[in-house]
Amino acid sequence: MCCCRPALVVLALTLTGCTGWQSSLDPQGPQADSLATLFWVFTAVLTLVWFLTMAMLLLSLRRDRAARAGPLSLEPQAERSMIRAVSAAGALTTAIVIALTVVSYAAQRALFSSREAPLTLMVKGHQWWWEVTYEDAQPSRRFTTANEIHVPVGQPVLIKLHSSDVIHSFWIPSLAGKMDVIPGRENRLVIEASKDGTFRGQCAEFCGWQHAHMAITLVAHPAEDFERWRENQISAAEPPDDPLRKRGMEIFLSRPCVMCHQIRGTPAAGKVAPDLTHVGGRLHIAAGTLPNSRGNLAAWITDPQGIKPGAHMPLVRLEADEIEPLTRYLEGLR
Amino acid sequence: MSETVLEPHAKEPLDTDVPDGELAKRLAATWGTADGLIGALSTVDHKAIGRRYILTGFFFLILGGLAAVAMRLQLAVPDNSLIGPDLYDQIFTMHGTTMMFLFGVPIGEALAVYLVPLMVGTRNIAFPRLNAFSYYVYLFGGVMIWVAFGLNIGPDNGWFSYVPLAGPEFSPGKRADFWAQMVTFTEVAALAVAVEIVVTVLKLRAPGMTLDRIPLFVWAMFVNAFLIIFAMPAVMLGSTLLILDRLLDTHFFNQAEGGDPLLWQHLFWFFGHPEVYIIFLPGTAFVSAIVATFARRPVFGYPAIVLSLIATGFLSFGLWVHHMFTTGLPQLGATFFTASSMMIAIPTGIQIFCWIATLWDGKPIYRTPLLFVLGFFFIFVAGGLSGIMLASVPIDTQVHDTYFVVAHFHYVLIGGAVFPLIGAIYYWFPKFTGRMLRERLGRWHFWLAFIGFNVAFFPMHISGLRGMPRRVYTYPAEMGWDTLNLISTLGASLFVVSFLVFIYNVAASARGGDVAGDNPWDASTLEWATTSPPPPHNFDRIPFVTSREPLWAERETLPVVTGLAVDKREVVITTTTEALPDLKESSPDPTVWPFVSAIVVGVIFIASIFTPWAVAWGAPVAALVITAWFWPKSMEEDR
Amino acid sequence: MRRLLAIAAAIAVLSACEREDREFRPPPVGTEGEAPVTLSSISPDTEPPERPADTGKAYEENAYHLSEGKRLFAWFNCNGCHANGGGGSGPALMDDSWIYGGALRNIVQTIREGRPNGMPSFRGKIPEEQITQIAAYVRSMERQVPQDAAPGRNDDLMPRPSEHRLPASPAVPGGTVPPSGQAPQ
Repeated sequence: MCCCRPALVVLALTLTGCTGWQSSLDPQGPQADSLATLFWVFTAVLTLVWFLTMAMLLLSLRRDRAARAGPLSLEPQAERSMIRAVSAAGALTTAIVIALTVVSYAAQRALFSSREAPLTLMVKGHQWWWEVTYEDAQPSRRFTTANEIHVPVGQPVLIKLHSSDVIHSFWIPSLAGKMDVIPGRENRLVIEASKDGTFRGQCAEFCGWQHAHMAITLVAHPAEDFERWRENQISAAEPPDDPLRKRGMEIFLSRPCVMCHQIRGTPAAGKVAPDLTHVGGRLHIAAGTLPNSRGNLAAWITDPQGIKPGAHMPLVRLEADEIEPLTRYLEGLR
Repeated sequence: MSETVLEPHAKEPLDTDVPDGELAKRLAATWGTADGLIGALSTVDHKAIGRRYILTGFFFLILGGLAAVAMRLQLAVPDNSLIGPDLYDQIFTMHGTTMMFLFGVPIGEALAVYLVPLMVGTRNIAFPRLNAFSYYVYLFGGVMIWVAFGLNIGPDNGWFSYVPLAGPEFSPGKRADFWAQMVTFTEVAALAVAVEIVVTVLKLRAPGMTLDRIPLFVWAMFVNAFLIIFAMPAVMLGSTLLILDRLLDTHFFNQAEGGDPLLWQHLFWFFGHPEVYIIFLPGTAFVSAIVATFARRPVFGYPAIVLSLIATGFLSFGLWVHHMFTTGLPQLGATFFTASSMMIAIPTGIQIFCWIATLWDGKPIYRTPLLFVLGFFFIFVAGGLSGIMLASVPIDTQVHDTYFVVAHFHYVLIGGAVFPLIGAIYYWFPKFTGRMLRERLGRWHFWLAFIGFNVAFFPMHISGLRGMPRRVYTYPAEMGWDTLNLISTLGASLFVVSFLVFIYNVAASARGGDVAGDNPWDASTLEWATTSPPPPHNFDRIPFVTSREPLWAERETLPVVTGLAVDKREVVITTTTEALPDLKESSPDPTVWPFVSAIVVGVIFIASIFTPWAVAWGAPVAALVITAWFWPKSMEEDR
Repeated sequence: MRRLLAIAAAIAVLSACEREDREFRPPPVGTEGEAPVTLSSISPDTEPPERPADTGKAYEENAYHLSEGKRLFAWFNCNGCHANGGGGSGPALMDDSWIYGGALRNIVQTIREGRPNGMPSFRGKIPEEQITQIAAYVRSMERQVPQDAAPGRNDDLMPRPSEHRLPASPAVPGGTVPPSGQAPQ
């Protein structure tokens, strides 16, 4: 039949494109899993409802009917049977709606019941980057990083969400639903990755010019690898050995960089921009806008407004021979 | 021929004293609009104002559509540099604002203003001067915001303008203030029309049109008017508080000084959810009218549909928190809104089933209006079902603020309001202009629109599920959204072509189309009892209604009521439920004061964006002008 | 009459454009090696001393630059000494007395070069365009910028009326704000 082919195309499109590192239909954690299951249940039931309704409509258009004397000559028999049919359809709608509400509530309770989480993060949304603070009972083991979260596989992680300016929304679809980040409130989200991998999330509440470039990367490791990463992050930056990187550090410390950025282990202690202590080890820079490489670092520092217009990183005028040392220095901050 | 004679008053000629041939001419002279610019600016004829509303509404639809074309061009390929973030933010805000405030609500009101008085069998809408005022205020508000956009002061925070982004710290300049005042303009206009509709439907119905003989179109517009009356004040309050925060250092949305950003969301969405029903209910009005005529039988389940409309109206005020499911509100409260959001599917579903039953039992005639109604079924039901998915809190946490929601609301709004609206234009164009739109072009229009719309918007369900958030001016190539976006853009171009076909059809048919008679579709409601286009006085004699489908019940001659004056404007007021003739009321003459008042009010609103003193200095001027408007004139009742 | 309307319309058009532009790359304000700015308009020379071109207008009439200046004023901790314009260990910036001149180029030089008695020099630490934004913001604390471009309140505890509601008083070197000028507008 002629309407099968477009339906198949649509189905093919739907199914082939489910995977992805920012797809809610490619769940990688228990929360996202139950959300995806709930979604498919709803889709199945409601698609069936749609087909049934369209079938009723098409049937009503195609059926043969006797001629009637005039528009007002109605048959009481037909009226009565239609009353029954419409009432039945209404009752069925009510039943489906109640059932779906109950199913949704059950899933919701399971998802939002507060759980113990051994690891707690505080994520603060800024225009247009994410500040990530790993909390710990010992203050000396707390550290701050930016735009990239690492978690151990199989453990729930509690994320406390704050905002420093406007409303953002923290969303990593492969792992969990989103939670808004609202100034003046703390919202909480529990996520858990069930396997190793790298997952991408993105701000999901319009927050200004660079809302489109406010991504967050989440890397899930086995537990030992995570502990190693954490120990490294707690440590301050190593002073550079080679003269080129040393020169890069001097450039960093003598330029406007120190007014906003922090590199622990150096005098740079700015708090209003992403922490750069271990920036070399991150997968992306500028909140997921560019993959991390020396060339991209150079591009970002030379012309941030060309890459992310409106971002708060200003145009810093560097001499041509200052770019390489600076980027080598930053790249080495692993 | 049955006749009811009303008591004569004084010595003016009544319509019983004047022979039939002369009656139409004298009534037309009494009720007509004067020539020239002043005549046009002072008209209080609901048909002239309704026509302007329709044309202006469609003009804003085109402007909003051009904004959408710009967005689709920017999003067609990843990392596109066609439009930068600042301009893109203004464009998507203008698109949403225009479609919701300047097209969606006014166009439903436009058709109500034109058709409700005709359908209830009276000569003019209630409060005709207020009607004129409301049109001018709407026009000035729409022009203001688009001129602001042209001057780079276009709002750029989205059509719902969340704080703190739209607040004084994060939105420098006057863009957000222009948005907030545009809201004030359009809401004043909408409230005025809503009040007129309610009074027209309750008090100006033709004798004999009891409550259960009111056409379903009129019921839907009547319920819609109540939604407007109760919903608009919330957004007017919210936008006023926003301007106060920005202009006068108040702290309504400043959490550091005791306010709350969520207050804005509650106030806005308390309006915002009923708003989408305000846009959808006129669609149900059009569908009821078209299904009856083209199924050749009355709509099945009249009481069920009326009760469903009323239930939808009430329920729509209990859904608003479903726009805030991800804000961290208590879960049990959120669940209540899941239940109510799902529950509203029941009355909506009953309406759908009743219409399908009508088609089942009727004998469908496939003309363009019915095609668009069939498109409505296909698209709106899909949109409603994706809405049920969004009603579930857990699912919403994944798809909120993604392209899935964009797909959902375009399916319900374009399917539920725009498709029926286009069908309504094809249906009532003969009545408005006296000419038929071309049927063949209408079919082309329908298929291009239907296919274009689905190709444009279905892929958005998928891209949303695959992680594409809303309101992004670009996206990286490695996300895998590029094919879907390109398909959407191609579908959107097809959709645009369908509108070009429509515009051509309207332009070509307005002068050169087939001449339509009084009732080319053999429809049943009272507007088809008079000429096409209707004379200024609507009916030579007020009809007397004996059935829900007056023109089908009384095929030979329509019974009428006589006794109204001929040389002055007079309407019949009937009792609210039984529609027994009660009073003869003078209807206001044309006057230019509504236009002048609209200018004064417009200047006050715009100036108050810049200084609060505008309100202080402007209020006495507005008082003067409104006093001039209401100054007792030589009307019968004032002596 | 028609000409007046046309002029009014043109002014409205042009002023609106200037206030609302979001220039992410602000207009260049010269390099940091710029010659110092003279404070006095008289000199023993036959010609008055040279003054650099006034780039002030582009910044002072633009709401985006003023709002960025306000953000940077807090980010770079100008509040530490100047306390939202009220002064503390540093002088008040909200009044109309200027030790080193209140024109935009004077304030830019104050920030860039520092001043005796405690004003640090931010040369090399704040890019030129940002210095100019901060200087324009300081001028707005004095109501020397158009009122519709001046910033509104922050979403914070409010220390004083926001810049567009501060009393307007002309800058008088060494002068004071009269009592009538001290109420919020």
